[in-house]
Amino acid sequence: MIYRFTCIVCPLGCTIEVEVDDDRVKAVRGHTCQRGKEWAIEEVTNPKRVVMSVIPVEGGRLPTVSVKTAEPVPKEKISELMRFLARLKVKAPVRPGEVVAEFDGVKIVATREA
Amino acid sequence: MYDVVVIGGGPAGMAAAIKAKELGLNVLLLDENDYLGGILPQCIHPGFGIHYFREELTGPEFAHRLKERLKELRVKVKGNARVLSIENYSDLEKVVTFVSPEGIFDVRTKTIIYAAGARERHAFEIGIVGDRVAGIYTAGEAQTLMDIYGIMPGKEIVIVGSGDVGLIMARRFALEGARVKAVIELMPYPGGLARNIMILRDFNIPLYLSHKVVEVRGRGRVKRVKVVKVDENLRETGEEFWISCDTLIISAGLIPNVKLLKEVGVEIDPATGGPVVNDRLETSVPGIFVAGNALVINDLVDYVAEQGELAAEGAKEFVENEGIGTKRWIRLKRGQNVRLLAPHYLSGERDVWIYARVSKPMENVAVEFPEIGKRIRLPVVKPAEMLRIRLRKKEIARAKGAITMEVVPL
Ligand code: SF4
Repeated sequence: MIYRFTCIVCPLGCTIEVEVDDDRVKAVRGHTCQRGKEWAIEEVTNPKRVVMSVIPVEGGRLPTVSVKTAEPVPKEKISELMRFLARLKVKAPVRPGEVVAEFDGVKIVATREA
Repeated sequence: MYDVVVIGGGPAGMAAAIKAKELGLNVLLLDENDYLGGILPQCIHPGFGIHYFREELTGPEFAHRLKERLKELRVKVKGNARVLSIENYSDLEKVVTFVSPEGIFDVRTKTIIYAAGARERHAFEIGIVGDRVAGIYTAGEAQTLMDIYGIMPGKEIVIVGSGDVGLIMARRFALEGARVKAVIELMPYPGGLARNIMILRDFNIPLYLSHKVVEVRGRGRVKRVKVVKVDENLRETGEEFWISCDTLIISAGLIPNVKLLKEVGVEIDPATGGPVVNDRLETSVPGIFVAGNALVINDLVDYVAEQGELAAEGAKEFVENEGIGTKRWIRLKRGQNVRLLAPHYLSGERDVWIYARVSKPMENVAVEFPEIGKRIRLPVVKPAEMLRIRLRKKEIARAKGAITMEVVPL
């Protein structure tokens, strides 16, 4: 299986190909630097994303407060995380940076004042 | 009388007000919302501030930092204040009229920094016809509904436009459980940054390049949209299909908000849609400065804030010297594959950042300023990414007349 995508680590945007056989990386092509290569391998073997959403807030100025995961979470965990977030509710006041919950050891942090 | 009235409390206006205050000016910041930050509070994704704060922040976090600084400096801020008009009594005296819940007010000021941002193009502007039904939103409207009010605009979504805003909304919809059925892009290449294009792969969202939505059908609510393929001249080919959906999101670009500026006689550049400015970001009306998306549509908020600061420095110089004292202005002209640029006039008295966009994507290019013998090699240029290029004072000084900027193959 060959994965082909644009590197987003720097603005050069090299097209990188990662060849995978039985979940093992066999070859990486098209990268111009080491950082890009490492990113591409991680993208194929263990892609992670910072996830953001909003949760309802009681008594705040706006009806919701925006949140994000304090660190990137594995891609396959994202739908479970979104279901977890959908059950949350907080009470005002909330400050940006405040931890409002924790999911699988990852902190959920408020990003807006509420 | 104020030294400077800043119109607009988004990132450009906040950065301008902060800088102006730091420079010792007497400043008033006006915003029509009851919260500061412009569109930032609804841009809940990361990707902001890498240049300006040297840290990756979300939109609300970026706004929060600026708000805290405004508070620290005790900058005078008036929210819920919608500016109705600007009048230019003389170069050294302007009047800003605004309406707020307390009534209508006139404030006198020496300078204005106009940072009112941009508006979104809507369905009629891009030639979509059909039934007038519920379920058609601009990307920004949908974003406000979801990320400020917590309301899902629909379940089955088609997005028009593959610019960053459209792609970011595609991710938000997909994350929140809606089905994004397609992103439709008129041009033969995607409009957004590579890191945002990746979103489509993350969620298996099909992208149709060289296609456009031409018709909406439904009763009460959007039911389906008609998509046609276009040729390289963007003409409809007749090859067409329908996509069923309950929501159509229009993300077809931004247009600088310049109505008030036009009314006061500011010259507008048809290429940027914003005013013609010099390297202090001063418009053709002395003492009126402009920054952010009202000047030129930016791709990074960091540049927007940078322009706010630059405009504040211009205002400071204006207030101190009763005008910008430059005797000679050098025109910066657009050459090959430069769709737009700002600023338009350079003094040669300072280093400047040139903000520009190309018309078409190219690889292995040189950005050239032939009259002053400057050349920068770049591996790629894309219309989606703004070029930001530094011209040094001594380089500009080499010009006899105008300077041309062009992007040519190597
Ligand atoms: S591979 Fe290296 S040079 Fe190429 S885009 Fe990625 S980070 Fe940049």
